[in-house]
Amino acid sequence: MKFLQRFYMGLIFFFLYAPILILMVFSFNDSKNRSVWDGFTLRWYEELFHDEQILQALLVTLSVAVLSALISTVLGTAAAIGIHNMKKGPRTTYLTVNNIPVMNPDIITGVSMLLLFVFLSQTMRLGIFQLSFFTLLLAHVTFNTPYVILSVMPKLRQMDPNIYEAALDLGAKPRTAITKVVLPQIMPGVVTGGIMAFTMSLDDVVVSYFTSGSTSQTLGAYIFAMTKKQVSPEINALSTIMFLVIFLLLVVVNIRQEKDKQRQARMRKRY
Amino acid sequence: MKKLTRFAWPYGGWMMLFVIVPLLIVVWFAFTNGAGDFTLDNFISMKSYGKVFGRSFGLAIITTVICLVLGYPLAYIMSKLPPKKQGVFVLLTMLPMWMNFLLRTYAWLTILENTGLLNRLLGALGLPLLHIINTPAAVALGMIYNYLPFMVLPIYTALTKMDHSLIEAARDLGCSSRQVFVKVVLPLSLPGVISGITMVFVPGVSTFVISKLLGGGTSMMVGDLIDIQFLGGAYNPNLGAAISLVMMIVIFLFMGIMQRFDDEKGVK
Amino acid sequence: MKKICFVLAMLLLLALPMTGCARDYSKEITVCNWGDYIDMETVKAFEKETGIKVNYVTVQSNEELYSKMKMGGVSYDVIFPSDYMVGRMVEEGMIQKLDFANIPNFDEYIDEGLRNPEYDPQNEYSVPYAWGTVGLIYNKTMVDEPVTSWSILWDEKYKGQILMFDNSRDAIGIALKKLGYSYNTTDETQLREALDELKKQKPLVQAWVMDQVFNKMESGEAAIAPYYTGDYFLMLENNEDLEVVIPEEGSNYYVDAMCVPSTARNKEGAELFIDYMTRPENIAKNVEYISYSSPSEEARDLMDPEVADRPICYPTTEEMKQYEVYLNLPYDTRMLYNELWVELFAN
Repeated sequence: MKFLQRFYMGLIFFFLYAPILILMVFSFNDSKNRSVWDGFTLRWYEELFHDEQILQALLVTLSVAVLSALISTVLGTAAAIGIHNMKKGPRTTYLTVNNIPVMNPDIITGVSMLLLFVFLSQTMRLGIFQLSFFTLLLAHVTFNTPYVILSVMPKLRQMDPNIYEAALDLGAKPRTAITKVVLPQIMPGVVTGGIMAFTMSLDDVVVSYFTSGSTSQTLGAYIFAMTKKQVSPEINALSTIMFLVIFLLLVVVNIRQEKDKQRQARMRKRY
Repeated sequence: MKKLTRFAWPYGGWMMLFVIVPLLIVVWFAFTNGAGDFTLDNFISMKSYGKVFGRSFGLAIITTVICLVLGYPLAYIMSKLPPKKQGVFVLLTMLPMWMNFLLRTYAWLTILENTGLLNRLLGALGLPLLHIINTPAAVALGMIYNYLPFMVLPIYTALTKMDHSLIEAARDLGCSSRQVFVKVVLPLSLPGVISGITMVFVPGVSTFVISKLLGGGTSMMVGDLIDIQFLGGAYNPNLGAAISLVMMIVIFLFMGIMQRFDDEKGVK
Repeated sequence: MKKICFVLAMLLLLALPMTGCARDYSKEITVCNWGDYIDMETVKAFEKETGIKVNYVTVQSNEELYSKMKMGGVSYDVIFPSDYMVGRMVEEGMIQKLDFANIPNFDEYIDEGLRNPEYDPQNEYSVPYAWGTVGLIYNKTMVDEPVTSWSILWDEKYKGQILMFDNSRDAIGIALKKLGYSYNTTDETQLREALDELKKQKPLVQAWVMDQVFNKMESGEAAIAPYYTGDYFLMLENNEDLEVVIPEEGSNYYVDAMCVPSTARNKEGAELFIDYMTRPENIAKNVEYISYSSPSEEARDLMDPEVADRPICYPTTEEMKQYEVYLNLPYDTRMLYNELWVELFAN
C-alpha cells in the first residue's frame, strides 16, 4: 500500500514537472528548434541580457506587479476594515461585488475592461485611458484587490471586536487606534493578501493581453505573441532563472520557519 | 464604529468604475449593433454556435472529472503524510504555478507532436505512435495539467482541517476503514471538493489560450469565439459582448448551484 | 481616511511617468509589423541615426490588425497592411494621407509598376514595403507525386499532414481558386460553395496556422502548407527537403505597404521611418532577410544575386497573368467572410 501511494504520487508529480524540466533543458539547447537537441550552450542566457524587448517586458511585468500589489494592499485593507464595520445589508452588497472579479473568467474581466477603456478614451475623450501602462495597472489593481480583502476579512473577524473601542476609551485618537491596535492584529492577513496580489499579477496573461495596448507589453502578453510563431530559447532561459529564484526563496523561507519552530520548541523545554 | 465604514468608500468607488460600469458596457454592446441601435440579432445569431458551447462545456466537464479522480487520491495521500513532509508536497503542488502557464503549455507541444518526444520514445520502443496533438484530447490534457493543483489544494485543506476525533469515534463504534472513508471522511471533505470543482470548471470553460496552442484551431471553444470577435480575425465586438454575457450568466448560475449544494451540506 | 487617499494618489502618481501622460511622443514611434518581417538591424540603425526610439510589436494577419485598430485601444505609428486592407482602411478613414515631401525616396526609388495601385489610386496613403505571391510548400520526402493543383490540400492521403492559413481571406481564397472562381467574388453562393469545400477539407487539416508554419514544416511535422512564397526560402535554410510551386489554377499576388494610422501620435517620426526603410540599401537588407520581392530595382541591384534573381520571386509579365490581387470587398461581403470564417470553426 505504501509503495502504491508513493508510486502514484511520483507519477502525478512527474506529470506536473515533465514540461518544466523539458523547458529548462531546452534553454541549454544549441538550436532554436523546440524539439531537436543540438548540443549544450549557454548562449541564450547571454543573449537574454542583450535582448531589449524581453528586458523591457520583464521591467513592465515587475513594476506592474509591485505597484498593483502595493495599491491593492492599501485599498483592500482599508476597504476590509470599512466593510467589517458595516451593517449586514451594505456588507453583503460590497462582498458580492467584490467577488465578481474573482469568479468571472479572465477573458470576461479583460474584455469588459478593454471596452471600458475604449469607451473612456474614444467616446469620453479622456486621453489618460488610452491603453498604456496606466490602464494595465488599473486592471491589475481591479483583479488583485478582492484577494487582499478576502485574506484580511477573516483576521478582522478573529479580532476581539471591543479592542478598537477599548483603545478609544483609553484616550487613543482614532488614527492611533487603527495603526497601533487594529493593524498589528490583522497584519498576517495583510501580508498574505499583498503576496497573493503580487503573484496573481505576475502570473496574469489574459487580462494583460486585452488591456496593455501597444506600448507596455507584459512578459505574459509578449510570450503569448511569441507562441504564435516560436518561443525563443531566451524566454526558456529567463523562465528557468525566475523559477530557480522562486524555488530558492521558498526553500529559504521554509528552512527559516523550521528553525523558528525548533527554537520555540527549545525555549518551551527550557522553561 | 460608523466612522470606520468610510474606509470602504474609495474601494466602493473603484468597484463602481472598474467592475460595475465595464459590465454595463458589455450589456450595452450585447444589445446593440455596430451603429449603436438596439437589436437582439447578436443573441439570435448565437444559436449557430451551439456546438462551440457544447464543446466548451463538454471539455470543461471532462477536465473537472479527471482532475477530481486524479486529485482526490493525491490530496488524501498528502494529508496522511507526517506534517513536515506535507508542507514540502504542498509547496511542490503550488510551485509549477509560478512558471508562466503559457510556457508550460507550450512545452507540451514538444512532447505531444507527431514528431515529438513522446512519439520518438514510442517509436524507439517499437510501439504504435500516438496522434494527440491538435485534437480535443490534447486540449483536455493541457487543461488537466494546468488546473490539477486547483483541485488538489482545496481538497487537501478540507482533509487536514477535518476533526480527527470524528474518525476515531467512527472507528470505536466499529466502522471498517471503508465505512469510515465513505461515511465520515468523504462527506467532511465535500466543501473542498466543491471549491475544487468550481476552481477547475470556470477557467476550463472559458480558456482560449490552451485550445489555441494545443488544439491548432480544430477545437474552437467559447473563449476563442470571444477573442476572435474582439482582437482576432472576425471583428464584431457586439456579438463578442453577447457571447460573453451569456457565458457569464451560465457561469454565475453554475456557481450559484454549487453554492447551494455546499450550504445544504453544511446545514445537515 | 485622508491618509489612505493620499497614499493611493501617491502610488498612482508614481506610475504616471511610465504612462501616456508624461510621455514625449516626438522621440518615439510604435511600429506594428508582421512576425519576422524586418531585419532588426535596420531598426537599430534607424534609432541610432535619428534618435527616435522604436517600439516594435507584431500581429499575425491583416484581419487581426484591423480588429486591434478598430477596437481603438492601441495606437500605432507605422503599420504594414496588404493591398486590400489598405483599401479598406482608406475607405474607413483609419489611415491618413502621407506627406510625400518627407518621403523623397518614394519618388526616387520605388518601381513605376508599383505606384498608383488600385488600392490607393492617387498614391496618397501608402509606400510599398515588399511584395510577393502565395505558393504551395511541400516536403519532397512526404509527398512523392508531382504537385500542381490546390486540390492536393483535399487529398485524403495526406490526412493530418495538411496545414491551412489561419486567416479568412487567404483560406477562403484558396477554396475559391480551387473552384475556379475569382478571389474578389461578391457572389454569396460562390462564397458558400467555398465554405463547403473548406468544411469538407476540415477533417484532413492538422492545424490552422500563421507563422507556426515555420516550425511545423521545418521539423517535418506537416507535409503540405500553402504560405507566402518568400517564407519558403527561410524554411529551406532549415530543411532542404522542401519545395514550392504555384498551382495551375492561379494564385495571389500581394503588396505589403507602409501606412500611418489616423490615430498616430508621431506622424513625422513615422514618415521618417518610412523614408528610411525606402532607402535602397535598407530595402536590400530587409528583402534579403525576409526573402520576399523588392519594390525597387535599385535595391535589387544591391542584393546578393542569388536572392535577387530567384525566378519565383520575380515573375515575367507572362507569368504575372496567373496571379490575381485581392481587392477591397464591399461591406456586406466582408461581413459574410467573418460569418463564414467563424462558422467553419464553430462546427
